[in-house]
Amino acid sequence: MTLLSTSAQAAPPPRRRARSRLRTEAWAGWGFAGPFVAVFGLVFLAPIGYALYLSLFKDRLIGGTSFVGLDNYGEALTDPRFWDGLARVGLFLLVQVPVMLGIALLVALAIDSGRLYGKSFFRVAVFLPYAVPAVVASLIWGFIYGTRFGLVGNINDAFGVTLPDPLSPSLVLASIGNIVTWEFVGYNMLIFYSALKVVPRSLYEAAAIDGAGEWRIVTSVKLPAIRSALVIATIFSIIGSFQLFNEPSILQKLAPNAITSDFTPNLYTYSLSFAGQQHNYAATVAIVMGVITAIIAYTVQLRGMRKG
Amino acid sequence: MRTRTARRLLGALAVVSALALTATACGSDASDGAGGGPKDIEAALEKGGKVTVWAWEPTLKKVAEDFEKKYPKVDVELVNAGTGDKQYTALQNAIAAGSGAPDVAQVEYYALGQFAIGESVEDLSSYGAQKYGTSFTLGPWNAVTDGKAIHALPMDSGPMAFFYNKQVFDKHGINVPTTWDEYVEAARALHKADPKIFITNDTGDAGATTSLIWQAGGRPYKTNGTAVTVNFGDEGTKTFTATWQKLLDEKLVAPISSWSDAWYKGLADGSIATLSIGAWMPANLTSGVASASGDWRVAPLPQWTKGAKVSAENGGSSLAVPKASKNKELAYAFTEFVTTGAGASARVAEGAFPATSADLESPAFLDAPFPYFGGQKANQIFAESARNVGVDWNYLPYQVYANSVFNDTAGKAYVSPTKLSDGLKAWQDASVKYGKDQGFTVNQ
Repeated sequence: MTLLSTSAQAAPPPRRRARSRLRTEAWAGWGFAGPFVAVFGLVFLAPIGYALYLSLFKDRLIGGTSFVGLDNYGEALTDPRFWDGLARVGLFLLVQVPVMLGIALLVALAIDSGRLYGKSFFRVAVFLPYAVPAVVASLIWGFIYGTRFGLVGNINDAFGVTLPDPLSPSLVLASIGNIVTWEFVGYNMLIFYSALKVVPRSLYEAAAIDGAGEWRIVTSVKLPAIRSALVIATIFSIIGSFQLFNEPSILQKLAPNAITSDFTPNLYTYSLSFAGQQHNYAATVAIVMGVITAIIAYTVQLRGMRKG
Repeated sequence: MRTRTARRLLGALAVVSALALTATACGSDASDGAGGGPKDIEAALEKGGKVTVWAWEPTLKKVAEDFEKKYPKVDVELVNAGTGDKQYTALQNAIAAGSGAPDVAQVEYYALGQFAIGESVEDLSSYGAQKYGTSFTLGPWNAVTDGKAIHALPMDSGPMAFFYNKQVFDKHGINVPTTWDEYVEAARALHKADPKIFITNDTGDAGATTSLIWQAGGRPYKTNGTAVTVNFGDEGTKTFTATWQKLLDEKLVAPISSWSDAWYKGLADGSIATLSIGAWMPANLTSGVASASGDWRVAPLPQWTKGAKVSAENGGSSLAVPKASKNKELAYAFTEFVTTGAGASARVAEGAFPATSADLESPAFLDAPFPYFGGQKANQIFAESARNVGVDWNYLPYQVYANSVFNDTAGKAYVSPTKLSDGLKAWQDASVKYGKDQGFTVNQ
């Protein structure tokens, strides 16, 4: 009886202690995760939540703010200014990204081949433009493109020729593509080069013994080995293209009639918000653009990572 | 465990969003104080404090010092928050955010409507501003009042004049145009004599275009409260586009944007031979194009009909007191000091173009020689222009936005075969769409 009662009385405390230890452990876990969750919530989730919240309202000069549900989304999906901008960055993506990644891959393979004289100088020289801030790069190229006081103008004067104006409406997108390529070839080259560095050299030797030439080694050994780096670089480039803003925004001052306020979706969002005070609609366009970018990037990732 | 984590995360998110909501809620309710009488203003000046002023107008610096000398307890902080649109963007954002707005802000006449309709500036009539109704010239005064409310006090004005490089005209033996037809002839002759010379620069400037349409008798905007009419199909607009289209078709205007480095170079080396611009320009020429001192002269604006004497305004600013100001009495006292009486005269002496009748008519002002213009008494031409400004002009209550899409629409005429009249029609459509979207009644 005494024994029983003792055991009956003694039984609960250990269980309680166990539970409380479990709770302490859970709190300890939160203690570690807390700072991250707080920062993540504040700088990542809260802005998205706030943008979603904003996108459900409409603020007018006459009539003030009112709840409009999903009206803004309906407007964005049928807004020609948005879709024209999206088509423009889509075209940019299809032409500029393959050119840029192609050059970057070529340079990375050349440096990795070990047959290049002064390879570290070459590597740094190609990478250097990436260290130039995009705004400064756009300004530099803006001066080069100028037909009156820029390099293009100087060439026209010196040789008595008339080069096509790089800042005319028909060429300005290509001119921006040139700036972006100049800026990011080095960055992508570095990604590819570091992926190539970790491929075991013995594979090349084995391939050479099997009678493979340099070209065969590139296509059958090197490229498959850096496949994931290629996919990552492609995804970064897709996101970068969709977010095109700095270069057109800077060049706009030099070519105000060629680069419209809705030239790219990001520029459109910016002008909606800052020139038109249409914060709610700007938030909507930003969210739609974010979803589209995420879908395309994810599709590329799925396709790119598929084996075989 | 996982659901609990998820729930907690959601909870945290809810708290964060709620915080964001409260923040915005606080932001939107701006305190709405009634204006103080002269006694309150005097008391505020006695008590002292700080007045933050957002402006880029250069003559304010000297007058702000005078104000501080007169009222030693008041500290005036002049901030250049950008010129024109940049400042309005910053101001709109500060007002929307509910903090950081200045006590006094420089607002150009074309932009004032946007702040007035949003009720983000004080009605200065409750501070006694109506007594100045007769001391300002008519154009600027009409631009700051609508019926009974006074949204700002006029600081300067910009009656248009024709600035030309006399050296260039003399060298090629070309007469100074008195009509816009002669202007086109002069443009052809100059460009033929030297292909590097253009009569002027233009890459599509909403302010300049509307001012010239104004001079030509066009009244594309009619604003009556929240009812707005936009129509770029009237006769005055057609008169303007017919002439300007010739200049664009024959490539007689330099494709250089105003205020760019290339623009200042062109004004200095004579490759941009003339400017049709507001009377506030001399100060900019003196400081920005110093090397061409003595080359330039001023003439009345070319006319659309021979022998007429019609002018228009181009630019010009007012000082407004945002509702978000923390010290409105002090803000009004400063505004009053620099726009009227001795303060206004002091600014005119510093080179500002007056919006006050007394200064505009004073002999000291009219007879002042401009060394930059070879000693010419240019103010007589400006004052004449101020008297001849076409009446009944309205800007849109959302002109800042409209101007921001000018290059998207009308700008096409500068870089493609699109006609200027079609470009202006596209600008009209964009302005109508935005107006409707913002709750205005827009009937064309």
